[in-house]
Amino acid sequence: MGRYIAKRFVLLLIIIFFVSVASFFLVHLLPGNPTDTILGPNATPANVIIVNHELGLDKALWQQYFIWIGHVVGGNLGQSYTTHQTTRAIIGQAFPIDLELIVFSQIMAFAVAFPMAMSASRRPNGLFDQVANSTTFGMLALPPFVIAPVMVLLFAVHWHVFPGPASYVPITQSFWTNVHAMLLPSIVLAMGSIVVYFRLLRNDLIATLHEDFITMARSKGLSDRRIMWRHALRPSSVSLLASVGVTIGSLIAGTFVVELLLQMPGLGYQLVFSVNQDDYTVVQGITLVVAVAIVLVNFLFDFLFTVVDPRIARD
Amino acid sequence: MTPLLQVEDLHVSFATPRGAVRAVQGVSLSLQQGKTLGIVGESGSGKTVLSRAIMGLLPSQSATQTGSVRFEGAEILNAPDRTLRQLWGTQISMVFQDPMTSLNPVLRIGRQITETLRLHLGLDRGEAKETALSLLMQMGIPSPVERYDAYPWQLSGGMRQRVMIAIALACAPRLLMADEPTTGLDVTVQAQILDLLSSLQHERQMAMILVTHDLGVVATRTDEILVMYAGHVVERAPTATLFSQMSMPYTEALVKSIPRLDQPSHTRLLAIEGRPPDLLTPPTGCPFAPRCPYAQGKCHEEKPPLVAGSLPGHSYACWFPLPVRQKPAKP
Amino acid sequence: MTDVPTDTPNRRKLGLLFWICVGWISLVVLMALIADLLPLPDPIIGNYNGPQNAGPGWGHLLGTDDLYRDILSRLIFGARVSLVVGFGGTALGLILGGVPAMVSAYRRGRIDTLLNTTSYVVLAFPAIVAVIAIVTFWGHALWKITVIIGVAGAPLIFRVIRASTLSYATRDFVLAAKALGASDRRILAREILPNILPTVVSFGLIAVATIIVLEGSLAFLGLSVQPPTPSWGNMLNESAGLLSGGKGQTNPWLVTFPAGAMFLLLFSLNVVSDKLRSHFDVTEIKL
Repeated sequence: MGRYIAKRFVLLLIIIFFVSVASFFLVHLLPGNPTDTILGPNATPANVIIVNHELGLDKALWQQYFIWIGHVVGGNLGQSYTTHQTTRAIIGQAFPIDLELIVFSQIMAFAVAFPMAMSASRRPNGLFDQVANSTTFGMLALPPFVIAPVMVLLFAVHWHVFPGPASYVPITQSFWTNVHAMLLPSIVLAMGSIVVYFRLLRNDLIATLHEDFITMARSKGLSDRRIMWRHALRPSSVSLLASVGVTIGSLIAGTFVVELLLQMPGLGYQLVFSVNQDDYTVVQGITLVVAVAIVLVNFLFDFLFTVVDPRIARD
Repeated sequence: MTPLLQVEDLHVSFATPRGAVRAVQGVSLSLQQGKTLGIVGESGSGKTVLSRAIMGLLPSQSATQTGSVRFEGAEILNAPDRTLRQLWGTQISMVFQDPMTSLNPVLRIGRQITETLRLHLGLDRGEAKETALSLLMQMGIPSPVERYDAYPWQLSGGMRQRVMIAIALACAPRLLMADEPTTGLDVTVQAQILDLLSSLQHERQMAMILVTHDLGVVATRTDEILVMYAGHVVERAPTATLFSQMSMPYTEALVKSIPRLDQPSHTRLLAIEGRPPDLLTPPTGCPFAPRCPYAQGKCHEEKPPLVAGSLPGHSYACWFPLPVRQKPAKP
Repeated sequence: MTDVPTDTPNRRKLGLLFWICVGWISLVVLMALIADLLPLPDPIIGNYNGPQNAGPGWGHLLGTDDLYRDILSRLIFGARVSLVVGFGGTALGLILGGVPAMVSAYRRGRIDTLLNTTSYVVLAFPAIVAVIAIVTFWGHALWKITVIIGVAGAPLIFRVIRASTLSYATRDFVLAAKALGASDRRILAREILPNILPTVVSFGLIAVATIIVLEGSLAFLGLSVQPPTPSWGNMLNESAGLLSGGKGQTNPWLVTFPAGAMFLLLFSLNVVSDKLRSHFDVTEIKL
């Protein structure tokens, strides 16, 4: 088991390295010049040279990379050209919002998808199963940017069940206002996850319930409930956990969408804002942070696999 | 004395898109406490379905079961799961064929043994573990303490099967159904497992049904043997009688197909020609007729009923039973 | 025991819903293609003599938005963006990812390991973030966005097609073809490709749907094709702006119709893909 974790950790480091390189070069190899952005109409050749030197842009590209990495490791992600806040501060304020959103929505998604899948797998192709399958299939065609405006229109504007845009308040400030504001976006995000989790778990459960060891468990006189929870659930959870790595990309996209719609100052909102301001250090910083965070989450889930299904760790 | 298990005219059929598959047709048997019954047949003879039907493990959605199965006098055929669950594990247990797929791969084996102990017998954790460890020792598993925390895939085939038996016997059931318990194991391990089962059975005065395709397995370890073919019982007799007085050609063919040590080397193995019949559209007449070397006209037209033979407890289904032998044929 | 049945009762019928969805997709594509020829009001320049934020009515079948533009017209022209990015991006991804996947899975060896590991690493980088960053600095032209998203989709397409090819490349019939002297190219084209084709088509449609969603999200963030060029995501973005602008200024039609159009297209793509997959997947357990 230690070997497995060690291998994944090395892989993690390699991926983080590549992610950092990609984040760096993403911004540098493309047309568009931060110097021009900063100087704007004052971009005389002399000024350009000065600013270039200040920004370190006259050094070799790989040198710039290492300087940047050095800064990053030291906690310095540069600062915004427009607001003059440090990137770190911007990310620091924005990150908790995304974290809360994702955690909230995923808890909701698991809380709904698991019981749904367990009920559906008890009677495959039964009424509940068919309804659940059809509904989730339909939900596949309702990505956040489609369903969120509709839901805001209905539930926030029309019927005042949820607060509208710009209602976000940090949890430290007011617990209930925060939760109230978080509900709608979390539901929107949860919907996409429920679809994936339900379908995967339901299919896996049905397959697992056909296995010999389940018949054996029945022959031991165990109740259906016990069999489901203690025997069937764990082996079936693997593909669900594996899917997190794949779905996290669309989860991030969804998060950005709801943030923008509801004007919550999360990373997505900040990213779009900085993009519109041509604020390349912030864009770079956010890109790096988000990418690394996702890689770390994947690594965490790799570890969870071995807990759920010990066969995976054997090498 | 009331038999522990009494089965009467059991029919099991499965609904499939292509029609009803009649897997078990009119099987009756009875088993006294402490006795062993062997059920022998090729794959497709219905023996596994029979054992599962007796226990009540077949899914009610796809299987139609008629007839009667009485355990300790009480009718259990088509009983609701809730009722059966009180029997499973405590009164009737099953040892399954393939321990690799019948043990939960993500749970440690200790857990899988203590589960029934804690659930049915109400033992607490410590007591259950102790009992489990002693069970493992009884099964002949070395260093049981380490094995207790192992996962099934960390054990050898023979050990896994022993664990399966330990699980089945944990709550001291009155009837043990062993479905091909040694298929797939090494021959030496097979003998060990079978000996183990026999000795455990005698210790605990447990009744046992041994289901297998291998006549050699049941030859010395059973009190009575049931020979099945295409869902029917074609011969039934106390073990010694079966081998000395076999009347149905299929039984003879089975016996002949067992490889024997006293035959000269390079003797051709006598396999039974042909294949078992299609259970969707069973042929008229005796099901074995197409493959029977002695088949005559009537065999193809009318199905022979199960009739009593000359010796007690012996019945067979054949129009033209084999003549009585002079010497008993030893397997 | 019993003979293997010659008919395959597991093959699911395609069904009415399938054909309706095929029809819908075709209709949308057709309308987008011939949009210029249709008698539609200008999607970009509003008719200031006409109604503003009107609901559906005779002159404007789906109503108008707050810049006096006809919504139906914008929907039809806007379909172009989704369709071009969706199909174009997928096609690009299939070429960039799918073809190397087939060759790599078939040949194996070090190149395959390298490509596979690379795809794994590249996939670790969240697509939306990369796309946002690149689009920011490269530009918002339709073709650029198509290229970016197509390239972003290539690693995933690579992995799926590689897995599919692998499951066939190791089989005996390929070995038999080799033993008969068939060249690699011939084997790939004649033996492997027909077998993986159902997976490719089915997955390809899902890829189209996924890419349409990606572009739509991008447009909703205001980072795709820029206004006044219409795109469905754009329209939703504008409606979002109105929503946050205060209660009295919402135009529900500007939310409903683009959302509905998006939903119907995505739903149709999913249905077609799913039915094709279950139709061709004879190994699927019919549960």
